[in-house]
Amino acid sequence: MNLFELLNFYVVPGIVLGSIYALGAVGITLIFAILRYAHLAHGDMATLGAFIALAVVTSLGVSPYVALPIAILGTAAVAVGIDKVFYEHLRERPKIVTVMASLGIALMIRAVVQVVWGVDTQTYTRGIVRPEDYFGIRIRDREIYTILAMVALVGVLHVFLTRSKWGKAMRAMSDNPNLALLSGIDNKKVVMLTWVIAGGLCAASGFFLGINTELKSMMGWHMLLPMFAAAILGGVGRVEGAVLGGLIVGIAEELSVLVIPSEYKAAMAFAILLFMLLVRPTGLLKGKVL
Amino acid sequence: MEFLGLVNYALFMGIFICIYALLALGLNIQWGFAGLFNAGIAGFFAVGAYTSAIVSTPPADGRLGGFDLHFVFGWIAAMLAAALVAWPIGKICLRFRSDYLAIASIGIAEIIRLVIKSEPVLTNGARGISSIPRPAGDLAYMESQIAYLIIVLAVLIAAYVLVERQFNAPWGRMMRAIRDNEDAAKAMGKDVEFRRLEAFIFGAALMGLGGALFAHFNRSITPEAIDPMVATFLIWIMLILGGSGNNRGAILGAAVVWIIWSVSEIATDRLPHEYAVQAKYIRLFLIGLMLQLVLRFRPEGLLPEPLRGDQRATKSGADPR
Repeated sequence: MNLFELLNFYVVPGIVLGSIYALGAVGITLIFAILRYAHLAHGDMATLGAFIALAVVTSLGVSPYVALPIAILGTAAVAVGIDKVFYEHLRERPKIVTVMASLGIALMIRAVVQVVWGVDTQTYTRGIVRPEDYFGIRIRDREIYTILAMVALVGVLHVFLTRSKWGKAMRAMSDNPNLALLSGIDNKKVVMLTWVIAGGLCAASGFFLGINTELKSMMGWHMLLPMFAAAILGGVGRVEGAVLGGLIVGIAEELSVLVIPSEYKAAMAFAILLFMLLVRPTGLLKGKVL
Repeated sequence: MEFLGLVNYALFMGIFICIYALLALGLNIQWGFAGLFNAGIAGFFAVGAYTSAIVSTPPADGRLGGFDLHFVFGWIAAMLAAALVAWPIGKICLRFRSDYLAIASIGIAEIIRLVIKSEPVLTNGARGISSIPRPAGDLAYMESQIAYLIIVLAVLIAAYVLVERQFNAPWGRMMRAIRDNEDAAKAMGKDVEFRRLEAFIFGAALMGLGGALFAHFNRSITPEAIDPMVATFLIWIMLILGGSGNNRGAILGAAVVWIIWSVSEIATDRLPHEYAVQAKYIRLFLIGLMLQLVLRFRPEGLLPEPLRGDQRATKSGADPR
């Protein structure tokens, strides 16, 4: 196997898959760090985002990329709504109760998707897209868009977190909630903002998974483990860590078929997760351990 | 005829309630008494079911075993195997907050599902393992159902008595102490990680036993026999609704939830086909909603955890006079 084959068949798909994981992992890492619990409904929220985009595409007949912003806004609104209705009143209880509630939410969101859109696989657009050749590296347009969109969204988020007042408030809540509250940060706004960002990124993650593969009601649930592995690999609370983790997990999953049977591709994320918890629970970029 | 059908249905339901109650008891050891969040119950269930199937079926070509041993050995092996799977996961994850265990247990359930699907040498692939011997299975249909119900009931009662005894023993008190205040327990010299691992492994073993009982009752086990997410979630709602930390609550919750679940299944099966599929998912939605409502309005469940110890001390502590 030469270098180009390795790149074209394993590394490029790995980067694309990794970008998709990264979008979800950033949300997970923010929720883990700011709200301090593992959000198990994250994958199914991504499914919901993907299907909202599908609804826009089929009803308005627009290009999927036009539907993406609508899906992001819609899912962000749903995320805030779920927090208000189901999670907010659990805030004073032990955090693990919210983790349990989120498992129930995962089931509920999936049931909604299955009732509204059915359980058959669907796609945004029909037909086969052939990859184009760039100096020997073959890549499809949609794959380029996936990577670019991930970089753009995370870039904007990074600027927001480091430059804006509310971004700084979010980071303060993550670093030291008591001190942040003492200095007058509005906890409710920070929580809402976290859900807007996490929900929007979820939708983007689900959308790009859908456009690169297909839409299924279980698509998000199967992403949950890789997304958590990515968040923990990068270091909980570190946005750039989540991106790095996502890319590593994505590439590792694609490369894993070289050494283990392809049925066990999904086990790669789990192996990375356990390995990190064993040797370096703070993650590559030194995040938190809850 | 109608009456016989009803009796038959009640027996069927009774057996399932006992099996689920056993799983809920296992979860109660993990969650109710040690505060460990296991979201991979279906994985331990499947390990138990397949292990017992391999141990107790007659030899077959193309897969491991069977070893044609008595079903009792199958059940013991099921408990051991589930405990063996739980051990490394617990070892790695119990050092951290329970969130990590939740994620890892989802992962282990997923891996077990993959192994079952893609290792025909172990599990005979999609066809599953059939002709699993059923205790008292040679009797006529009705007698055999009754006999099996008695057997699972006996297992459940034995498990209940043992677990209840353990909870009232110093071990149970220590577990609750670790759950409620880890630092204080540590300061008292308790080995928190090891004790949690104990609880996790005991619970997993009971779940494995539940899986074995299920496989022997159905006489076969296939990858499609249970939906991992639904099974795991049903057991969670059983425990939370029944009352976590209370063994009777776990059993009561198993009965209530399973009756609601299977009666609603009868109701939705009568719908025309085009609605029947959707109704299945609406039931799932409602069971999820039920968890949210219980968590919000009655977090202690139907039968709350009994207050133990010196009641006067607790009262005077809460109400200084």
